[in-house]
Amino acid sequence: MKKYFAFFRLRFSMGLQYRAAALAGIITQFVWGTMEILMFRAFYHADANAFPMTFQAVSSYVWMQQAFLTLFMAWMMENDIFSAIVDGNIAYELCRPIDIYNMWFSRSLATRLSKAVLRCMPILLAALFFPAPYGLMLPVSLPAFLLFFLTLFLGTGVTVAFCMLVYMACFFTISSAGVRMVAVSVVEFFSGAVIPLPFFPDKIRRIMEILPFASMQNVPLRIYSGDLTGSAMGQAVALQLFWLFALTGIGKLLNALAMKKITVQGG
Amino acid sequence: MITMQHVRKTYKVSKRDAGFSSAFKALFHKEYEYIHALDDVSFTICDGEMVGYIGPNGAGKSSTIKILSGILTPEEGTCLINGLIPWKNRIEHVKNIGVVFGQRSQLWWDVPVMDSFELLKEIYKISTPSYNHNLEQLTDMLNLSELLKTPVRQLSLGQRMRCEIAASLLHDPKILFLDEPTIGLDAVSKLAVRDFILKLNKEKNTTVILTTHDMQDIEALTNRIILIGKGSILLDGTIDDIRKDYDSTEEALAAFYRSHNI
Repeated sequence: MKKYFAFFRLRFSMGLQYRAAALAGIITQFVWGTMEILMFRAFYHADANAFPMTFQAVSSYVWMQQAFLTLFMAWMMENDIFSAIVDGNIAYELCRPIDIYNMWFSRSLATRLSKAVLRCMPILLAALFFPAPYGLMLPVSLPAFLLFFLTLFLGTGVTVAFCMLVYMACFFTISSAGVRMVAVSVVEFFSGAVIPLPFFPDKIRRIMEILPFASMQNVPLRIYSGDLTGSAMGQAVALQLFWLFALTGIGKLLNALAMKKITVQGG
Repeated sequence: MITMQHVRKTYKVSKRDAGFSSAFKALFHKEYEYIHALDDVSFTICDGEMVGYIGPNGAGKSSTIKILSGILTPEEGTCLINGLIPWKNRIEHVKNIGVVFGQRSQLWWDVPVMDSFELLKEIYKISTPSYNHNLEQLTDMLNLSELLKTPVRQLSLGQRMRCEIAASLLHDPKILFLDEPTIGLDAVSKLAVRDFILKLNKEKNTTVILTTHDMQDIEALTNRIILIGKGSILLDGTIDDIRKDYDSTEEALAAFYRSHNI
């Protein structure tokens, strides 16, 4: 355990050293969040009753999403891992007394967390001072707030576990580009990154909510904005736990398979 | 003690002619060729031995090293290193070995060398006293004191290679695999690395297996050489077995390759 934590620590401190990238990220996410809220504003002006969430809830959803973007964006995968698999540098990682899956998992988690730590505060603070209903509302209640944090971590875990599947798939193909592109688009659409899941038609939404992608950002963001409560919330948390274990299990299985047939390219 | 018996490793390689039309054809029908990287390879290496593993490009040297270090799984054959099968007991096995791949880097690119070393300390669970002792010794022998605080990306190739070698020895491995460790080094660094390997072998009785194309490395370091060509072992003996009446080992080796048509 300690060695995986060491990986986590190194990666975390590495992530903290890219200040310019963080600043650029903050600005981008700020502008993006504003644009998204303005777009929703136009819709709500047309007919506020036609939508499943209140405008205030949508604004909170968007700001939280932008603040913790790096935890959930599927396209933020570890390029080092892809290049290690493709150019054969994985040879070195394989001659360490460590489990590849666990190491990459802790590494990805650290990268996401370190980026989020750098970026979330300015966005959250600024969004709190925005006038209602455009800003970030305060949490509904303390339990809801705590549950938001718990599901935030679970959701990040599910996201990382899903990305691990993509890394593992890379062992079986020569180029990672294809798998990556498909995976990223699927996650973006089905996780509620483009539009929150309640906006989808009921029948489709019911299926979407069972999929692993709904266990990523969908749960914490909707709990925070007060859209997900009661038994539906309990179910969502249980599903998150289920997908976290299931995806990790599949990932480890693929890992074991990959280790058997691995070929290290080039010298 | 390393024993390798009847090991076979085959790669599937896709082949096609150059040009657009054959690229188009390959969309529908791919042709593969099976390359026998290792074909019935057997040898035994005792503790504390220094062995030069040589052969022309593509002979199977790196494949052998990768099998010995638990990275690749061969299709056939057995291999036991101090009682462990490398690819089956990978994690247990790699605790006792150090590997340097001359063409790759194990140090983290954008942090100082020390950070990579500290990480290795955790990975191999090296106790603090023995880590400090080894680090001090390696710093001294490989002249690293100036380099440890520098980010890896700003080191020259030779400087980096010295750090790489130190990195693979922090955990006191019993066996050291060196895959072209002197590639691209200047004369001074080369001599330093050779001296260091000799000293290591003498003082700690570390088994060293070295692949290289540099015959001076071989002459300076090893008594025994294993020569591999097209996946089979052609010679297991001393440097004098090849040398015979040629002036330089280089020429002798080239003549040997030619006579075996490899």
